[in-house]
Amino acid sequence: MHSTPRPSTQPGTVKRRVVITGIGVLAPGGIGAKNFWSLLSEGRTATRGITFFDPSPFRSRVAAEIDFDPADHGLRPQEIRRMDRAAQFAVVAAREALADSGLDMAEGDPYRTGVCLGSAVGATMGLDQEYRVVSDDGRLELVDHEYAVPHLYNHLVPSSFAVEVAWATGAEGPATVVSTGCTSGLDAVGHATELIREGSADVMIAGATDAPISPITMACFDAIKATTPRHDDPAHASRPFDGTRNGFVLGEGSAVFVLEELESARRRGAHIYAEIAGFGSRCNAFHMTGLRPDGLEMAEAIRIALDEARLAPEAIDYVNAHGSGTKQNDRHETAAFKLSLGEHARRTPVSSIKSMVGHSLGAIGSIEIAACALAMEYGVVPPTANLHTPDPECDLDYVPLTARERRLDSVLSVGSGFGGFQSAIVLSRPERSPR
Amino acid sequence: MTTAATLPVETTTAARATAVVTGLGIVAPNGLGTEAFWAATLEGRSGIGPVERFDPASYPARLAGEVSDFDATEHLPSRLLPQTDHMTRMALVAADWALADAQVEPGETDSFGMGVVTASSAGGFAFGQNELKALWSQGSKYVSAYQSFAWFYAVNTGQISIRHGMRGPSGVLVADQAGGLDVLAQARRLIRNGTPLVVSGGVDSSICPWGWAALLTSGRLSTDPDPATAYRPFHPDAAGHVVGEGGALLIVEDAASAAARGARTYGRIAGYGTTFDPRPGSGREPGLRRAIDLALADAGVTAADVDVVFADAAAVPELDATEAAALRDLFGVRGVPVTAPKTMTGRLNSGAGPLDVATALLSLRDQVIPPTVHVEADPGHGLDLVTGRPRETSLRTVLVLARGYGGFNSALVVTRAD
Repeated sequence: MHSTPRPSTQPGTVKRRVVITGIGVLAPGGIGAKNFWSLLSEGRTATRGITFFDPSPFRSRVAAEIDFDPADHGLRPQEIRRMDRAAQFAVVAAREALADSGLDMAEGDPYRTGVCLGSAVGATMGLDQEYRVVSDDGRLELVDHEYAVPHLYNHLVPSSFAVEVAWATGAEGPATVVSTGCTSGLDAVGHATELIREGSADVMIAGATDAPISPITMACFDAIKATTPRHDDPAHASRPFDGTRNGFVLGEGSAVFVLEELESARRRGAHIYAEIAGFGSRCNAFHMTGLRPDGLEMAEAIRIALDEARLAPEAIDYVNAHGSGTKQNDRHETAAFKLSLGEHARRTPVSSIKSMVGHSLGAIGSIEIAACALAMEYGVVPPTANLHTPDPECDLDYVPLTARERRLDSVLSVGSGFGGFQSAIVLSRPERSPR
Repeated sequence: MTTAATLPVETTTAARATAVVTGLGIVAPNGLGTEAFWAATLEGRSGIGPVERFDPASYPARLAGEVSDFDATEHLPSRLLPQTDHMTRMALVAADWALADAQVEPGETDSFGMGVVTASSAGGFAFGQNELKALWSQGSKYVSAYQSFAWFYAVNTGQISIRHGMRGPSGVLVADQAGGLDVLAQARRLIRNGTPLVVSGGVDSSICPWGWAALLTSGRLSTDPDPATAYRPFHPDAAGHVVGEGGALLIVEDAASAAARGARTYGRIAGYGTTFDPRPGSGREPGLRRAIDLALADAGVTAADVDVVFADAAAVPELDATEAAALRDLFGVRGVPVTAPKTMTGRLNSGAGPLDVATALLSLRDQVIPPTVHVEADPGHGLDLVTGRPRETSLRTVLVLARGYGGFNSALVVTRAD
């Protein structure tokens, strides 16, 4: 396999290391990191028939929705009005992460604190709703701007999500939104990690959010048959790696982390969940939605992430798969694991939490990092729910149905997205990583 | 509290790979292609006029900088047309031109050694309007199979990577107008981490009725119907900006590998800084000056080294005042030439920063500062605004600024490569 030469460290420099010290999660069936972890460790599913709108015209009528009232989470009326649901998620998750980290922003340095949020589809829900009004359900080509909400610009450009989180946390360092389709949630954490390593920030509020469960999203995935039509059994509709899988279940949610430079986290006695030990990303340059079956580019991303973490494949104790539950993804990914991890791919547990919380597009990568960090914290591998029928093309140990206790020192999480993006991240216990 | 201009602690500038620009692809309202655009820019020819893409009569803002002479069928295979928004088509062509300008043959280059990092603001919004209209006026079965990716923010990076077989580390940043500079800094970061070549920049457009409705709510669009007075940054009567479309894609390369293949270089991406403004009502200092300080420190230059500033030029009085104050405090009253060629294109959102950087590199090549049009310097701001005609002068170091809605501030320093 080809590899680009890349020096891991520059001569005469000190490598800054980045750790997770706070976690905030909003996921279907689990608002807050604690509830989210209960769902995963118990192998419960949060997929259901769509309730947000009448799904009857659609091919796929199942989703993983969050029962979320922003007012219950301290958002004020004006904040609720100006923010799309995805921005609301991010702000709530960021506040939880900050509280969890114990970091006092009043004492911190706002200039050295940044924000980096991933989102694949931005304010889709708000845009869909607002379009209906200004166009009068598509009757007006020349839409009537006088019917627009005053903060429609915030829906137009989703960098507004980073604005809201910066305001909520007091960050005045680097701020951005990473939007690389379904790898956004991994890439945002990878980007934030790089900013701390290079010295552009000491603390990053990083994660991802998406709230795509809206008619326009259902329609566009219907058109390419990417989502499952399994309406007869919505609670068991998301079936990654199962022989009967026939598409993903759309989800929503957010996970946000407090990322800190290791030494300063230690100095303040912070609880450290995990180190972001390695990150890699490659493009397949093949097709906007299609995947080549060999998984070469994902394998290369995994190899780069392992190399950066200075870990051999055998050190990986758990693989959190993209595992979307489409025919092509699960095959592609299984090939990528075999290519990058070799024989170890057959020995290490691999699971997909999308079987429980669905696929929340750009958010899921961060939600899966949260799952990995919590899995390390509790020494439990979350299962792949709904996996009953083996698929000869997916022949790894996918941890069917039931969580497994296991000490986890290093874990790998991967993502694959429209546009051809393939990303991989490695989390480790900081004391285990080589200096 | 640390000082504003905290240097990166990990490495010194000298220890890192140098990122140079070896190719430009420009699609602008006042010129298609680098030389057409540059000629128009030096002549002070504006591309701003009444909106032609749709009838703007019912909207308070009726001017735009449209790329009107762009025919995608002349440049792209027909199979790409149904699956691409106007802004993606322009981006694909700009990438083609930039690669040709750099004399890079992607097919003969290591595919994992080439990345793509683009900025986006609203994705393919016009494509999205069509599909939303199909959904709500006809039904879900009428929504295009391409909607799942044609409108989203990652589309330009994805399409460019596919067209040229680029499999290296890639990405997309959204930070409103500031994102256009952030991606060039990200390209430099990837090069320092070992990727020899990155296609980077932004080409943007939200010029459709649905985009217009959203843009209007920023409260920053000029409602002046006269192209000669509508967008006048730093002018006493500044009352908002005109929206434009287009932008630029740049070929950013590792200086050593560019030299090895005998590439011509326009200049070096020498320094970068980015900050976010404090939340409104905090009473704290705005972040623009800090971004400039960071960029100069990162480039290893001082204010005295800067030969010209390409301003963000918001044309919103309080934003103009903030920018002018930052420049005055750092450079002194009328202490450095300042220009805003975007007065000829309108503000291109994520395309603006890359187009300004491309323009700055052409300024370095030809040792001339293009003018700001339709403005005479407001003495109250204390800026040496280059107006009327181009100014020939010795140029070595250029500072480019971009700010994004909500509080994003980015600053990029480009220098001559020699």
